Amino acid sequence: MEQFGYASPKTVKEALALLGSDWNDAALLAGGTDLISMMKEYLATPKTVVNLKGIKKLHGITEHGTEVRIGATTTLDDLVSNATIRSQFPSLIQAAMGVTSPQIRNMGTVGGDLCQRPRCWYFRGGMGLLGVKDGKSLILDGENRYHAIFGGGPAYFVSASSFGPALVALDAKILIATPTTTRTVKASEFFVSPKDGNTREIALAPNEIVTEIEIPRGTTNATYEVRHKEGLDWPLATASVALKMSGKTINSASVVLGHVAPTPWNAEAAAQMLAGKTINESVAEAAGAAAVKGATPLSQNDYKVQLTKVAVKRALLTAAGLLT
Amino acid sequence: MSSTKDRTPRGPSSPPEPPETESVKSNFSRRGFLQGAGAGATVLSTAALLTEQEAAAAPPPVTGPGAVEISLNINGSEMKANVEPRETLLDTLRNHLDLTAAKRVCDRGTCGACTVIIDGKVMYGCTVLAIDAVGRKIETLESLSAPGHKPHPIIQAFVNNDAQQCGYCTPGFVMASKGFLDRNANPTYEDVKKGLTGNLCRCGTYMGIRKAVLEAAQELKTGGNRA
Amino acid sequence: MPDYSWPPMDKRQVMGKRLNRLDGVAKASGKAKYSSDLNPNGLIYGALLTCPHAHCTIKSIDINEAKAVPGVTSIRVINGAGKEMQWRGAEIASVAATSESAANDALRKIKVEYDILPHLVKEADLSKVGPRARPSGEQVTGDPDKGFSEAAAVSEGIYGIPVITHCCLESHGQVVRWSGDQIDYWPSTQNVSAIGGDLAKALQVPVPNVSVDMQYMGGGFGSKFPADLWGVEAAQLSKESGGKPVKMFLDRATELSIAGNRPSVFGKVKVGAKADGTIVSWQSETWGSGGMTGGGLNADLFPYVFRGIPNRKVNHTAVSLNLGSARAWRAPNHPQQAYITFSALEDLAAKLRMDPIDFFRKNMDAVRKDFQPTYQRQIAKGMELIDWKKNWHQRGDSGSGQWRRGLGIGFGTWGGLGHDSKCRTTINPDGTVEVEIGSQDIGTASRTMIAMVVAETTGVDYTKVRVKLGDSHYPTSGASGGSTTTGGVSVSSRKSAVNALDKLFERVAPLLNATPDQLEARDNTIRVKGDPSRSMSWAAACQKLGIEKITEMGENVGRNAAKEGLITQGVAGVQMADVSVDIETGIVKMNKLVIVQDCGLVVNPKTAESQAYGAGIMTICAALMEERITDQTLGRVLNADMEFYKLASINDIGEIVVHMDIHPDMDKRGIIGLGEPVAIGGLAAIGNATANAIGVRVPSLPLTPNRVLAALNGKGGLA
Repeated sequence: MEQFGYASPKTVKEALALLGSDWNDAALLAGGTDLISMMKEYLATPKTVVNLKGIKKLHGITEHGTEVRIGATTTLDDLVSNATIRSQFPSLIQAAMGVTSPQIRNMGTVGGDLCQRPRCWYFRGGMGLLGVKDGKSLILDGENRYHAIFGGGPAYFVSASSFGPALVALDAKILIATPTTTRTVKASEFFVSPKDGNTREIALAPNEIVTEIEIPRGTTNATYEVRHKEGLDWPLATASVALKMSGKTINSASVVLGHVAPTPWNAEAAAQMLAGKTINESVAEAAGAAAVKGATPLSQNDYKVQLTKVAVKRALLTAAGLLT
Repeated sequence: MSSTKDRTPRGPSSPPEPPETESVKSNFSRRGFLQGAGAGATVLSTAALLTEQEAAAAPPPVTGPGAVEISLNINGSEMKANVEPRETLLDTLRNHLDLTAAKRVCDRGTCGACTVIIDGKVMYGCTVLAIDAVGRKIETLESLSAPGHKPHPIIQAFVNNDAQQCGYCTPGFVMASKGFLDRNANPTYEDVKKGLTGNLCRCGTYMGIRKAVLEAAQELKTGGNRA
Repeated sequence: MPDYSWPPMDKRQVMGKRLNRLDGVAKASGKAKYSSDLNPNGLIYGALLTCPHAHCTIKSIDINEAKAVPGVTSIRVINGAGKEMQWRGAEIASVAATSESAANDALRKIKVEYDILPHLVKEADLSKVGPRARPSGEQVTGDPDKGFSEAAAVSEGIYGIPVITHCCLESHGQVVRWSGDQIDYWPSTQNVSAIGGDLAKALQVPVPNVSVDMQYMGGGFGSKFPADLWGVEAAQLSKESGGKPVKMFLDRATELSIAGNRPSVFGKVKVGAKADGTIVSWQSETWGSGGMTGGGLNADLFPYVFRGIPNRKVNHTAVSLNLGSARAWRAPNHPQQAYITFSALEDLAAKLRMDPIDFFRKNMDAVRKDFQPTYQRQIAKGMELIDWKKNWHQRGDSGSGQWRRGLGIGFGTWGGLGHDSKCRTTINPDGTVEVEIGSQDIGTASRTMIAMVVAETTGVDYTKVRVKLGDSHYPTSGASGGSTTTGGVSVSSRKSAVNALDKLFERVAPLLNATPDQLEARDNTIRVKGDPSRSMSWAAACQKLGIEKITEMGENVGRNAAKEGLITQGVAGVQMADVSVDIETGIVKMNKLVIVQDCGLVVNPKTAESQAYGAGIMTICAALMEERITDQTLGRVLNADMEFYKLASINDIGEIVVHMDIHPDMDKRGIIGLGEPVAIGGLAAIGNATANAIGVRVPSLPLTPNRVLAALNGKGGLA
């Protein structure tokens, strides 16, 4: 790690005052499960580390009529222990429990999950967000078994966020404190597929702070992750669904894929075909097939197309209570 | 402190009105907050939040980057160490305080050999800054051994079930087991398998660990008196 | 000549009992001090600058800026301008400083310029390795082509196992202090008696100047024998820093990149059998790499275990890569050869629509004769434990659901003869018994087993025997590799304890009106055989020594050991796997791994079983998830971390059932090492179970979803 100064502000305002216009000016510390490793690898070299855990109002889950808000420093463990989330947002619970380390669930926060950097081994190996050397993509020519099957470049990493797909499916909003005001971004617009190596993969400026996530209630939802290991392991493919139902009939659906693109990937074709349907095995399977139309797998990862289909199918069956 | 120059300070006179006010007025439900924050968390009243806002007028202090003396609450004692902000809790325990039960193995928050309990919850010591642990209650494996007492039931169960070979992952597993049993007093075999997935062993001692944790659960319930 | 023979199986008081390890509480409470835990006074920290390129020449190196970093006490250039570096991770410079942070800061200030040279870091595709291939030459037995022409069924397949690494949880390294003439050396090693000499030689100092002390070590698995360059550098840094002790352990990425690995093996195999299953011909072309030094493998051992078939043609090609070199990895070469052999043979059995167990039984004549009854008995036991008859089905006949279940089998064999070992046992006038031995406990419970042997011999409670090991001042004992330690230290400790006890008998026999040979020691008592009324307590007997303690040596000489009958070599084992495969995702889940192992006389069944469980879990890791992944463009290991270098968690292993083949016929052979043989057959068993479940062979391990789905789609390959 490089040296840095450390501050633990008590208010968002204080925290904002410590940030700068460059990512190297300051880094926000919540659970630390990504930032500390990034700093150990010298991939993050902030001059100041701003601990957000001392800002009490960033922590906790609150209910507001048709919405629920989750504070950015709410830990995964707090989330899975929350009765409202458990009853109304099983897709978030399933995503959180997919992080199969109690230690990470105790440390990691919801805001940190959204803002964590990609796990692409070229990026982590210091080859930049796009993994380019001498003008050529290392990923296309190299080891891309865990990389994107959607998006078509130039970014081929996959979004590491566990909650991203669920939040996009749930039509959540991300509340952001800026130096001058607050702003709200739809979760679907928070994640960005960068076109160059200098752009971040999230729509957040270096001098801004994610404060809360606001989620509308009223959907039937589920997340299914395909993970190789039961122990701590990144998903190979994820699907998150949020359904507005009339009885057993789907009025409208949102199907969002994870770990298959640089952002959570909205599978609109799958969503459209689900409208008006009742979930059963064959409907779920057809939605899976629709979801992967247009996938452009790389040299080593066409298996992820199959895994994505299965994830969509199983997420739908889970939402319908047909898969336990 | 070389880093403040290139940053625009934002004092109270700056135009922005950060989000606190709005949140305080409309976005906070105390009931919900309580529910989310869980037992033991401080519940802020509106008045407290307003005070918080006023406090924002003072510029927040930045510590370091050089070494500073910190005091850590470890196993019930206040321990002082002179560390830079970049020092992890694990390295502080091992290099400054000679508390070497927690081990450095992956050093990237994956293997669990450095597991400690902070404010009642298992965490990876390699991925917590020491300075961030100030004011929190830290328990290391050393806390499970008291002079003149029998070994703690979890430790004894690990021995009885030969849940160790080289033993380098064992301290982390014992602490992960403690954290697990503190929250699951009556675990099933399946619970144990799912509850200890934040730790890795290379020698392959998992079969013994599964049995050890079940045995320790029984022992902690039926006796566990360690006198 | 004293009688060193083991007491008969049914007469043993201590050996053969399921006893807790003596250092169990120390380890589980965190009180055990591993070398990496030591913080001697004045400790400073060492760090290594390693090469960022797979192949290059160092053009220039500048350490001036680094020297100026506050806290730095010494900087050394290991490989300077003009040196050719052959792999990423190779050592370039070392730094010592008063804190780890300062040492790392200094490393980043060292300026190195490189001339990049071409590199190769991949070997799965032999057609792309060019001049890096070093074929060993074809070896032919019988007439393989004629054999194939007479075969009723011929199976041809490709099979592969990638490189895996040791990933010792305590990384490689040491604390070392070179002050004046004296070097105090606290390494993490499997080689306490000899590593000091290794360091002394490199530093050109007399061997007696180096004192080695290591009480606990966190895993070696074959990778921690030499002092290594990092040991030598740490010592030099200490000297240059005014004799302050230096702690230098490799960081995880470096450990995974340069501190040893198990070579890959890939192969094309053709094997033919008669209609009744009798194997008539085997042909294999294999290749693999263990890094820069290639990946030697004795191709003549194919087909593994079933080597006695009439016609064979084998060839192995070692491929030199720009990667850190291989080191011994639990049963070197055997797991790879077993995987390739039993995968190919199982494919042939499937082609014949034979139950592989019938097939292997049919070919038992091709197995070493003395192992045949052992394997037969083990197969029967394994079948019972895994319920083979009920659960086995023809390949692919696994129903139509999402989960497909299958069974598989693999075999293993190993030597395991005890190494050379000397031991000193002291009986003190106060009754305490001390055992000194220059061995080490690498996790196998050597401490405990030595205490049990001495307790068995002297009748003293095993928890009261003070075992002192891990120190080069104690009598020389071999390195812990190749499953040789338990045999070696058991013999030397037995002999030294018998010799010491005989001396005690000489002293006290007159007091019991007996001759020494009439005495026996049991239950903390010395008594006349057949007349328990003539006895005295152990404590009283020792008191008669006055001020003079008894100290006696004992020795195991490997080459003489077999005829003495205390230990032997040569064991067989069978492993069977029960897996379920999610054919939609390609995820393979372990249901059960059954390990049936012949192991001679078992000193402590509890810790012996731990060895078997552990090897089974390591096998599951390598079968399902573990592999080193390299990038050809960058010339580096991409997963030199514990996140993508995947190891099984406690919830990834299913159930493991261990059956130690303990009975009088095995016991009378004496002690045999156990660590390696249990690490061999499981890979093939799991691979075969997967093929049985899904109907096709997944050619290459590990059985990851991409590989399993590719095989299901008819696209299985070696990558």
